Amino acid sequence: MVVTLIPKSSFKFPIEGKNISPDVFAKKSAKEIAALEMWEGNRKVTIGDLFDVKVDGSSAEETTIKIDGNVRTVRNIGFRMSMGEVIVDGDVGMHLGEEMKGGNIIVAGNAGSWAGSQMKDGTIEIKGNAGDYIGAAYRGSTKGMKGGKVIIHGNAGHEVGCFMNGGLIKILGDVGIFAGIHMVKGTIFVQGTSQGRAGAQMTNGKIVLAGHSEDVMPTFTIEDIKAKVKIDDEKIEGPFYRFTGDLADNGKGKLYVSKPKNPYLSSYEKYL
Amino acid sequence: MSELIVKNGFVYDPLNSIDGERMDICIRDGKIVKSVKDKAKVVEASGMIVMPGGVDIHSHIAGGEVDTGRLLRPEDHVNDVEVKTAVTRSGVGFSIPSTFTTGYRYSKMGYTTVMNPSMAPLQARHTHEELSDTPMIDKGTYPLLGDWWISLEHMRDGLLEENAAHIAWMLKATRGYAIKIVNPGGLEAWGFGRNVHGLDEQVPNFGITPREIVRGLCKVNTMLNLPHTIHLHTNNLGQPGNYVTALETMKCVEDLAKDDKPALHITHIQFCAFKGEDWGRFKSGAEDIANYVNNHNHVTLDVGQVVFSNTTTMTADGPFQFGLYHLTGNKWVNHDVETETSGGIVPFQYKRSSPVHATQWSIGLEIMLLIKDPWKIFMTTDHPNAGPFFYYPKILAWYISKKARADMLERINKRAQKKSLLPSIDRELSLYELAIVTRAGQAKALGLKDKGHLGVGADADVAIYNINPERIDVSKKFVTARKAFDRAAYTIKGGEVVVKDGEIVKQVFGKTYWVDVECARNQCRTTRAKADANMKKKFKDYWTVEYENYPIREGFLHSSAPVAVKAEI
Repeated sequence: MVVTLIPKSSFKFPIEGKNISPDVFAKKSAKEIAALEMWEGNRKVTIGDLFDVKVDGSSAEETTIKIDGNVRTVRNIGFRMSMGEVIVDGDVGMHLGEEMKGGNIIVAGNAGSWAGSQMKDGTIEIKGNAGDYIGAAYRGSTKGMKGGKVIIHGNAGHEVGCFMNGGLIKILGDVGIFAGIHMVKGTIFVQGTSQGRAGAQMTNGKIVLAGHSEDVMPTFTIEDIKAKVKIDDEKIEGPFYRFTGDLADNGKGKLYVSKPKNPYLSSYEKYL
Repeated sequence: MSELIVKNGFVYDPLNSIDGERMDICIRDGKIVKSVKDKAKVVEASGMIVMPGGVDIHSHIAGGEVDTGRLLRPEDHVNDVEVKTAVTRSGVGFSIPSTFTTGYRYSKMGYTTVMNPSMAPLQARHTHEELSDTPMIDKGTYPLLGDWWISLEHMRDGLLEENAAHIAWMLKATRGYAIKIVNPGGLEAWGFGRNVHGLDEQVPNFGITPREIVRGLCKVNTMLNLPHTIHLHTNNLGQPGNYVTALETMKCVEDLAKDDKPALHITHIQFCAFKGEDWGRFKSGAEDIANYVNNHNHVTLDVGQVVFSNTTTMTADGPFQFGLYHLTGNKWVNHDVETETSGGIVPFQYKRSSPVHATQWSIGLEIMLLIKDPWKIFMTTDHPNAGPFFYYPKILAWYISKKARADMLERINKRAQKKSLLPSIDRELSLYELAIVTRAGQAKALGLKDKGHLGVGADADVAIYNINPERIDVSKKFVTARKAFDRAAYTIKGGEVVVKDGEIVKQVFGKTYWVDVECARNQCRTTRAKADANMKKKFKDYWTVEYENYPIREGFLHSSAPVAVKAEI
């Protein structure tokens, strides 16, 4: 079934949207969905107070949620979802698909910070830009994204993949500082430029910087030059300098940095 | 004049030797009385058990460590959020709940008095601010005095009376309730990157031993006539083979006990009952500890029962916490408090699959069940060190039911299973004994005369649980019992119904107990005056805080309840 949510107004206050998830909506009527609770600021409201709810199709089918409009202040959409699809025709707030276990989320606009934080499986595709801490661990926790995919067509912010523990984050635009900080496992790919310090304190996993990088941390050591690098069945043409680090944490992480886009790294070649 | 009558409950009041008798409890103006008028408000408790409000002798609920623990662990709180209601305030739970949530959750379990066992004297102000913000319960706090320079100096110089006078000053200045000693000598050594590993190892720079500290403070405790004994966390805590240290510590004050009264309380004994040379050969020393305690009357213990969960360890035992950080690799905090003590915090997960953690779980239960006299051992989790306090009902189920223990035993590490003594222990605590280990015994050990019983004159703190001992056998229906202990049918605090059916219906604020030591003789007053003058000088030399700013005014406490004691000196 397809559940369409149309925002009744442009929201001003932060909204806790944990209930906007295919798992919660499954097998419910439009009336039941409209009665589900949400928090708008410190006020308890229902989905029906904030959105027009339309349901099409039979409830036996997998649930798809379509949000027509900007929900920039709504956080935690798709929280712990395990199936179905969420399609947002606009921007979304923070914590999109947090702890999700399966299913798809597609956002036509931009997403806030913490998208895919602690996710275990499933796919998130963001057509616009995304904020900081994509696929990261919650504050204080050391358990970040464990599996699944996050694809960002625009730019992403800082500390992407913080404490990442599996899965793939693909950024087709630029990325901020500290991509893959504390990373343990998994892969981060950046097509555009990186503001630097990628892989700080990583102990394992793979970061591929196909564009210009402001720097390579001094705690990374050069291994060799690779012509190509494989990411999720796809071969990315290089050549790439391959570094290992972060040695400050006895790390065995792999950092690939494009050779043609970073001529200043040629000084490393004398160590090969 | 408010009157209340609790009707027809099965009353368990061990201090007055009432064992499940069906009777009424009358309450007037926050006290238990003989009778009330007919128009008194009735709380119908037929088919339910009635006990005095729960008393917790050792639970870290406030102070510098607790608050730093909260700051250290946002991930601990995120999935346990309490939304505000018409009566209660919002907060967060899990291993280190916010102050309000702490009060509510204790109250929902029928607890009415909780002691915060570890306060660096310098952090007394902060601790009392948090205690003032902890609703629903009466409380008190123990200043850490085992490694305080001034006390160590007096003990080194053999000045017992001066030491007592200074300790009395400190108890008043920090509004403390008892003398807390943590790893005596070890914390002072830790300030210089060292530790002490036994009762007879010298403390660097002071030339005295942990044995002298424990004995010295035990004597001071008797001289000051404090309501509670010294409250001790032993040396070598959390190290394999440390049951020997625990036994030696108990032995070292044997001769100081008077009139068969306890002279020492060893806290979270589970952490000091480890046998074996290393972690690989780790096993339980519960039998040795229990044998000793069964044959001696000068010690009381609390368990520190491990519950398998994710929690946060926090003690003043800085060197131990540093070791724990190395063991786990988790994030950590370590702290030195000027001339007084140290502290450390490390998040910790107790896993059923770990042979060590599973054996620790077993040790706690073994000690509780092997010690024959329930007045000597009390139920705690050393919250949050061995598990958050809101797991108490789970522990009670293990105490009252062999079946409950066997169910858990089946799920733990196989090696630990084989080593565990639990299959050989048939004892199941009765509800009467349960009332001793959760309230009466603890109140008695604390010397709180108005707590832990329902006799005339006692504070009207009552817990009513929906268990009918005539209908159900709690050892078989332990799940029912656990649920009943989890959500009290009623909690009455100071004569008011504050919890009904496991929900808070009224927010009240409890008192803060502290001991006000009055010296008997003039000579002592002179010593006190001298102590004051001495302190002024020491403050200039040792502390970053001025003498005038150090003591906590009585008015600073939300609701002050001084316990006047007359010192024997």
